[in-house]
Amino acid sequence: MPYKKFCLVCSGKQCASGQSEEIYKELKKLTMEKGICQDVQIVRTGCFGLCSKGPIVKILPDETFYVNVGVKDARAIIDEHIIAGQPVENLMLRHENPAKESRFYQKQVRIALRNCGIINPEDITEYIARDGYAALSMALFEMEPKDIIEELKKSGLRGRGGAGFPTWMKWKFTHDIRDQADEIFIICNADEGDPGAYMDRSILEGDPQSVLEAMALAGYACGSSMGYIYIRAEYPLAIERLYKAMDQAREYGLLGKNILGSGFDFDIEIRLGAGAFVCGEETALIASIEGERGMPRPRPPFPAVKGLWGKPTVINNVETYANIPKIILRGGDWFSRIGTEKSKGTKVFALTGKINNSGLVEVPMGTTLREIIYDVGGGIPNGKAFKAAQTGGPSGGVITAEHLDTPIDYETLGALGSMMGSGGMIVMDEDDCIVDVTKFYLDFSVDESCGKCAPCRIGGRKMYNILRKITMGKGTMEHIQQLRALAVPMQKASLCGLGQSAPNPILSTLRYFEEEYLAHIRDHRCPAGVCKALVTYTINPDICIGCTVCSRKCPNNCITGERKKPHVIDQDNCIKCGICYEGCKFGAVQIA
Amino acid sequence: MGMSREELRLLREKKRLELHEGKDSENRIEILIGMGSSGIASGAKDILKTLSETLKERGINNAMIRKTGSLGLDHAEPTLEIKMSGMPDIIYGKVTSDVARRIVDRHILGRELVCGHVFDKPAQDVVKEPEHAI
Ligand SMILES: Cc1cc2nc3c(=O)[nH]c(=O)nc-3n(C[C@H](O)[C@H](O)[C@H](O)COP(=O)(O)O)c2cc1C
Ligand code: SF4
Ligand code: SF4
Ligand code: SF4
Ligand code: FES
Repeated sequence: MPYKKFCLVCSGKQCASGQSEEIYKELKKLTMEKGICQDVQIVRTGCFGLCSKGPIVKILPDETFYVNVGVKDARAIIDEHIIAGQPVENLMLRHENPAKESRFYQKQVRIALRNCGIINPEDITEYIARDGYAALSMALFEMEPKDIIEELKKSGLRGRGGAGFPTWMKWKFTHDIRDQADEIFIICNADEGDPGAYMDRSILEGDPQSVLEAMALAGYACGSSMGYIYIRAEYPLAIERLYKAMDQAREYGLLGKNILGSGFDFDIEIRLGAGAFVCGEETALIASIEGERGMPRPRPPFPAVKGLWGKPTVINNVETYANIPKIILRGGDWFSRIGTEKSKGTKVFALTGKINNSGLVEVPMGTTLREIIYDVGGGIPNGKAFKAAQTGGPSGGVITAEHLDTPIDYETLGALGSMMGSGGMIVMDEDDCIVDVTKFYLDFSVDESCGKCAPCRIGGRKMYNILRKITMGKGTMEHIQQLRALAVPMQKASLCGLGQSAPNPILSTLRYFEEEYLAHIRDHRCPAGVCKALVTYTINPDICIGCTVCSRKCPNNCITGERKKPHVIDQDNCIKCGICYEGCKFGAVQIA
Repeated sequence: MGMSREELRLLREKKRLELHEGKDSENRIEILIGMGSSGIASGAKDILKTLSETLKERGINNAMIRKTGSLGLDHAEPTLEIKMSGMPDIIYGKVTSDVARRIVDRHILGRELVCGHVFDKPAQDVVKEPEHAI
């Protein structure tokens, strides 16, 4: 006989530290005792994304969700729920604010990612079965272009590509001058240059039709019949699926001439980018599509008025588009109920770094960093302490532990000296050096600067060199002032967002971690033990048992010692690779 | 070959029934494998191969394997979801070839879950929420 019920016990890292394994064993024991182990299977599962309320137990197929479960609660779950069929009320999740959109226990709300991992992205009919092209069909037959813009306005949707500009306003600029232009273009920005972000790739790989449908909606709203998707060539799978999606959409009459017999024509072409970060900037992207070098152009004029080939052009990011069909279908009011006062809807974050559940998460705007890291993200591995989260990539900054409870949206991130950016979120723990991380972003910006304007070209290089000196132990107190002084003209006088925002990581980390800069400069010490020039590895003779592992592993043969006697590192020859530190099972190798 | 608005609606209804009825009918098993870049990078293609081989070996011919995009659970890739009648829909993660064989033998044939590899759905389905406009 198959099982009647399944009892899932979270064995994720956080619940495990709350005795979930003991709960699992107790539940198993009780099912034996009661002779019901043929009826219910007790199963260990991965993290449920609600660790702060762990340990978690969930009963299937009932979908009952128990929180803060203790070993002593196992008996009630078995007796009352499994045997008597009565859910244990006092273990069930109670919402602090049941009126909010939190009817479910999950912190994630997936709008942009609604089809990812659910449909076959290479089969348009599966997209259609999940309301695909219903928004376009409704728009073409029941809505005027201005009605679409009105829904977007109500929704409060803002650009997900970085700046957070209201989408409806861009569309309206172009809509209002559409009669004066002989051609209008719609562009999808799929350049995705932030090294920590990959949600655009994932959407295009998992749900390409949603972006095509949204671009057609933009075409209808703004009077355009031609769209371009600008995507980096390093995304071959996304490109392949986009081509298949476009072919199928054409075959079904959802792209091309006379869509659904409405008289509206719209088609899309793909343009491949070579992957330069600056080509994601809208004016550089436009130049690149025109066949010019991908260099930014002064704004104004803005693309909405004078864009591709001098024609009015609406340019939006992949994630922005992915939201739009759902907004049109369910109405702007629905969307605007999710999120905060000025930032509506959800945002997808690419959660990476020192985090248990790395991956893509989509949460309502206004979710706190604590919820993202300690619930959805499953916390920091190996019991290490949270240090900061970097958002906004090379244009952004850090959020520190004291701001873990700030609701995240465009405004709050800006006020903290970071930014939303495209949604990369890199979690750092106590082992990460803030100066080293900042140097990484500066290095990136300097590398990617197109060199067109001096503040960015020269200022960026200077800042990077100062950071390099600091990490090598050659920093001076003046360097801190110089960094701050260089930042201002760069922010003010650079032509495009790359140069304007490149100093942000420095300013942000100086604001929150000045002490760590000073430790490098004043004390010639890297508190996290990352900057090699400032680190010495020594063996503590009281702990070392002389197992010889380190001396055999050292690539430079600079550890000596007799078997079973304390070993010694020859500092002159040590190349500071850290292998001895990683390899010593006894913690005898120490960093200073 | 263009479609009319009505034809689009009919196609949606037909496909919806097909996907929906598929789940409730006694003899269809649906396996969705996450084939985004992250899934493929962690071996989803091998899992697909192992699964179809094992299904064949066991003489199971009513299972339909579908490729899908990424669920976003990068820490648990490769992932797959199994839908079959009489069992709750289950997402499996950290699927190795060995786990894939166990999924066929235990989940599909034995109607029990494969302990230690079950993962929760990351979010409720907004498409299935009520008050559709169409
Ligand atoms: C240096 C730089 C790089 C950028 N890279 C991207 C990118 O990769 N993808 C993107 O969508 N927007 C990027 N942007 C923002 C675009 O210029 C533009 O604001 C965006 O595509 C507009 O779409 P949205 O309103 O939907 O966000 C970048 C901006 C700058 C200054
Ligand atoms: S700010 Fe930098 S990337 Fe932008 S145009 Fe000037 S040199 Fe080029
Ligand atoms: S590995 Fe550790 S314990 Fe062994 S010899 Fe080296 S320092 Fe001593
Ligand atoms: S840090 Fe590397 S080079 Fe230095 S002693 Fe240890 S293993 Fe040898
Ligand atoms: S570890 Fe159990 S919910 Fe995260």
